[in-house]
Amino acid sequence: MAGAPSIEEVIEDFNVLKCMQCGVCSGSCPSGRQASLNVRRLVRKIGRDHAAISDESLWMCTTCYNCQERCPRGIEIVDAILAMRSIAAHEGLILERHRHVANLLQEHGHAVPIDNAHKEKRIQLGLNSLPSTVHSHPDDLKDVKRLLSSCGFGEITGGEAQ
Amino acid sequence: MKISLFLGCLVPNRYPGIEKATGICLEKLGIDWKELEGASCCPAPGVFRSFDESTWLALASRNITSSETDGRDVLTICNGCYGSLADANLKLKNSPLLKEQANSHLSQIGCHFDGTVDVRHIIEFLYSEIGVQEIKEKIVRPLDLKVAVHYGCHMLKPSSSRATSSVERPYVFDELVEALGCTSVDYPDKMECCGAGGGVRSALGETALAITEHKLGKIEGADVDCIVEACPFCHMQFDAGQVSLAGKGREFGIPVIHYSQLLALSLGYSPEDVGINLNEMDCSDFCNLLSK
Repeated sequence: MAGAPSIEEVIEDFNVLKCMQCGVCSGSCPSGRQASLNVRRLVRKIGRDHAAISDESLWMCTTCYNCQERCPRGIEIVDAILAMRSIAAHEGLILERHRHVANLLQEHGHAVPIDNAHKEKRIQLGLNSLPSTVHSHPDDLKDVKRLLSSCGFGEITGGEAQ
Repeated sequence: MKISLFLGCLVPNRYPGIEKATGICLEKLGIDWKELEGASCCPAPGVFRSFDESTWLALASRNITSSETDGRDVLTICNGCYGSLADANLKLKNSPLLKEQANSHLSQIGCHFDGTVDVRHIIEFLYSEIGVQEIKEKIVRPLDLKVAVHYGCHMLKPSSSRATSSVERPYVFDELVEALGCTSVDYPDKMECCGAGGGVRSALGETALAITEHKLGKIEGADVDCIVEACPFCHMQFDAGQVSLAGKGREFGIPVIHYSQLLALSLGYSPEDVGINLNEMDCSDFCNLLSK
């Protein structure tokens, strides 16, 4: 089964300890304007507190990359947040809706599969009711499922709902 | 330039008008293209890359490998698919270890990632491979529209793994929109996120919607005819988002169009040909305006 990085690797790989707490990240954060995500505080927490993996604001980041582009210390903030999410996910900390999306991928090969209403829209446009993706190619869907199984994806996402 | 069109999830399964419009545009522009048959989810970067890097790289590399077999670059029409596939492609090309790991998974389905093709975004592709001038020459119906261009995030960022130039003041998309006769109207927070990305829309919908409402408020003040984006996830967030916001008493009424649809209109196709009438919100006034 594939593994997640350690928090120490996240801190090292993405330069987390270079943070001088200037706040350019928070000032650039669209989510921070609307929700409780405070990127500056989150970066500090990642650098000193393992409890950061259960910080719910990890999941409020839209991954817009403004903070990472603008960070004067070159900290790869979004990449660090994604890696922290991965540690959280491997410990079973996955939001219920995300678990649902993961199940859709495992079943259909699409995170957003076709439904009847949209088959109708396709027909109205003169397209085939199913697109040329895995939806039309069962053998390819089997391959996708085999890959997901080889990566142990179901074991990662199959735990108890948060 | 030979390409295979990667459809992803949202275009074929929620906004098929964008699929139809893209096919029309590629055909009319004389591009050697075919659909990437049997492709899966890219997989979506916000959720699946977040969960497990190996799974993300294995699925992304399978999609890319299918295109390598044909010697075609992968063309994406979604910022999310572009972000996921371009980042994965670059990581695998640059890291022998990650490539070996991905190939060990791929060997179970008889595939091998070589790293021989590039992943392109339709905006960057049209700008650099076709060019503004040639597009101007191809259009048959200039569109006299005031447009709020929305770049979205992953077309340009992270800049360390993108071909495009400026992150803060880009111009490529605006030039392509103005090539069709439209005016790209500037507005505050133009470069801000739609709110959907990173798994926020799927798990924390109200937070995503608050970001969307903020951005729509800025666009409303610019007095435009429509929003033009190049990502079905931004498209959905603005389109379905306006339906949700209207339910809370906040009406915007700004139609949302993907660049492929706008280009197809300027090539002489009707709004119904490219499914603008199939948006979640009512776009009938806009369709009538375009049909005049």
